Amino acid sequence: MAVSKTTIAAIRFGYGFHRDQAAPSGPAALFDTLAVAQRTPMPVPIAGLTERRQRLDALIAERKSGGKSPEFQNMRKAMRRDAMRDAAQVVFRRAVSPHGFYERLVAFWADHFTIAGRNAGQLFIAPTFEPEALRPHLMGSFGEMLSAVVQHPVMLSYLDQVSSFGPNSRAGKRRGKGLNENLAREVLELHTLGVGGPYAQHDVRELAELLTGYGVHRGFGKFRFFQQRAEPGAETVLGQSYGGDPAKAAHALEFLQDVAVHEITARHIASKLAVHFVADQPDPDLVAHIAAAWRNSGGDLPSVYQALLEHPASWEMPFAKIRQPTGLVAATMRAMGVTAQDLDGPLARGLRLVRALRDLGQPLLQPPGPDGWPEEAEAWITPQGLAARLSFAGKVGQLIAKRSDVDPRRFADGVLRDALRPETGFAVGGAPDRWEGFALVLASPEFNRR
Amino acid sequence: MTISLSRRAFLGSACSAAASPLVTPVVFASAPGDNRLVVIILRGGMDGLGVVQPYGDLGLRALRPTLSRRPGDGVTDLDGFFGLHESFSDLLPLWKAGELGAVHAVSTPYRDKRSHFDGQDLLENGGASSDGQMTPARDGWLNRALSLIPGARADTAMAVGQDNLLLLSGDAPAGAWSPTNELSLEEDERRLLSLLYAGDPLFTRALEGAAMLSDRSEGRAARETGKTLAQFTADQLNGPSRIAAFSLGGWDTHKTQSNALKRPAKQLTQALLTLKSGLGRNWERTAVIAITEFGRTARENGSAGTDHGTGGAMLLAGGAVQGGKVFGQWPGLGQSDLYQNRDLLPTDDLRRYAAWALAAQFGLRGSDLERSVFPGVDLAGNPGIV
Repeated sequence: MAVSKTTIAAIRFGYGFHRDQAAPSGPAALFDTLAVAQRTPMPVPIAGLTERRQRLDALIAERKSGGKSPEFQNMRKAMRRDAMRDAAQVVFRRAVSPHGFYERLVAFWADHFTIAGRNAGQLFIAPTFEPEALRPHLMGSFGEMLSAVVQHPVMLSYLDQVSSFGPNSRAGKRRGKGLNENLAREVLELHTLGVGGPYAQHDVRELAELLTGYGVHRGFGKFRFFQQRAEPGAETVLGQSYGGDPAKAAHALEFLQDVAVHEITARHIASKLAVHFVADQPDPDLVAHIAAAWRNSGGDLPSVYQALLEHPASWEMPFAKIRQPTGLVAATMRAMGVTAQDLDGPLARGLRLVRALRDLGQPLLQPPGPDGWPEEAEAWITPQGLAARLSFAGKVGQLIAKRSDVDPRRFADGVLRDALRPETGFAVGGAPDRWEGFALVLASPEFNRR
Repeated sequence: MTISLSRRAFLGSACSAAASPLVTPVVFASAPGDNRLVVIILRGGMDGLGVVQPYGDLGLRALRPTLSRRPGDGVTDLDGFFGLHESFSDLLPLWKAGELGAVHAVSTPYRDKRSHFDGQDLLENGGASSDGQMTPARDGWLNRALSLIPGARADTAMAVGQDNLLLLSGDAPAGAWSPTNELSLEEDERRLLSLLYAGDPLFTRALEGAAMLSDRSEGRAARETGKTLAQFTADQLNGPSRIAAFSLGGWDTHKTQSNALKRPAKQLTQALLTLKSGLGRNWERTAVIAITEFGRTARENGSAGTDHGTGGAMLLAGGAVQGGKVFGQWPGLGQSDLYQNRDLLPTDDLRRYAAWALAAQFGLRGSDLERSVFPGVDLAGNPGIV
């Protein structure tokens, strides 16, 4: 099936068409949207990062004084509710932005640097990760983004770095505490080299020592380097010596800058980008092309994105990837013509985002592990996964039928344009009720693929 | 052609008894017997040394000054050497009834990189490689076993939950459903959807599976928990299914482990107790094995937790297992006993125990198990766990 580049740009590299938004016509136009998006304030901003930390501090103080008092329970309940609302806003942000490719890249990095909300505190602070650690560096270098991630309170807390102490550090000896390897291992295994990469257990150990001192000021506050937790002496990671006395936060950053431009990191993340955007088994030439851009630019991310966009394999059909539930929901909202004003309106209530995503198998802030969500089509289009998508499509179909009087066939044309398959057109045309027609569009393979 | 799609197609509160035109006609030949097997994947790396604590090994206290416990103070004695962590106390009646057991100091062949994700892939794939490389077919061992069971049909084995289990993926047809699914399809709706998905094999296959199961869920669970997964599993095993698998997460206890273990322990405990109550008399013929990608470091880490290790424990439950016993050869916890001076040394391959369970429950031949289900495994010396 021949499909225009405008359609591929919208579906493969964005969250689908939006009735009231212009669609970039191809690679060059798509790339140009990135710089514009970087200059534009974040859509659907989240309120009060400072306030959020104050509330957490108040919660911690309440726990220290009153244990499980009713005040403490109420504060915690309110925070959990607000946290879920913030998490749902992430989907809104993806859906309303006119810069779909930019938002897809944010989502890619958010999955590459997976975080989760494992307790009330983490859940509450998690929404700050994307605006603080990822977006400011999306058009910078990978090394900058990696450094921001490894110094962000959410990551330091999620991967337990906050409780890692140099066994021979002053604080470690005094408090009888030692290393926690979690962050060091995932930096090597997930964030940079990949599990097949050239590192061994002793590199994990040495990097964990190099990272000691990285912590968070008061609970979930700002990044802080705790000199007295840092393991004395230099560490050798991947055959190279870093640090020495006195320990400094900059020592680990030197390692992160080096590993960010490592050949194996380039190949690992080039492959992940191709897998995420194009195909579960991408063209090796596409991966090599992206990796070369990474190498030649020193991990300059715009150069990397450009390499992804300019390669012909990125514009080939078919749509081999499956929209993950978050992407499916964002595309559904776009098909409904969502705007930022809908955030607290009937549309948001009707969709019941938090619950919908849980039922669709991608609950907010609860990834299966630090490696994020699976990419393979077969992981999503299972009997139980498809059943959840059919239920969702049915509910949304009714919602659309209530909100608008559009003909389902016109809806199908607007949402899918030249990606619409004859089979879907036939089924939609034969639906006896309008809502069923909308539901069939949303349940169609071409709406669930990208 | 008339196409009608009722409201129930998608809202699905009612049941439909119509036979699906999508499902390959099934042959009701020999059913695969009355024995049942449940495999629970414990994601994150369950700390075998913490859950089934070898309190009788003097090395434990030295390695785990804050995490080790003694009988009456955090663990319940099982056999004079091992004790069960207090978070699992609700399972003690099963132990006493001989319906709960464990195998200690086991692991898959995966070694050294200690990655959750490679470890879980190998655990479910059943291959023999130490570096996490899967067998060429990249399928699951339970799926390969299913293909060897005489009379197995598409509904003989079920993956339960939204988690897409590699364990049951492969060429042999198997069902998959979540207790949270609420879909119920009428025949005309199935036909319309099959038109919609014509030419897309991935969607067509998934629809066949959904159509087969849309009638089998009674009452929709609000969310997946140990309890709801187990209740759904029990319902399926009381029906035509004989094999089921689901996963429970939360075992990656890097920090303040005694606290962090509470939630996953509760999920697993409730899952096992719900299986027992839900299966009723069928519990007698059921074997449950709970396995994890690796054990955790023998030493506690700097934050009263444990990091990724190697040897660990698997748990056994069900009326069909020889419970009340901890199987396996204990390697000891002295410095020279540890694997790489760090982890509990695995003295056996956990795949052997899974293979013996398959042989006992479904009569699979040793040669098939050694060759195709668990390549490279040696089944000599069956201790009789089932």
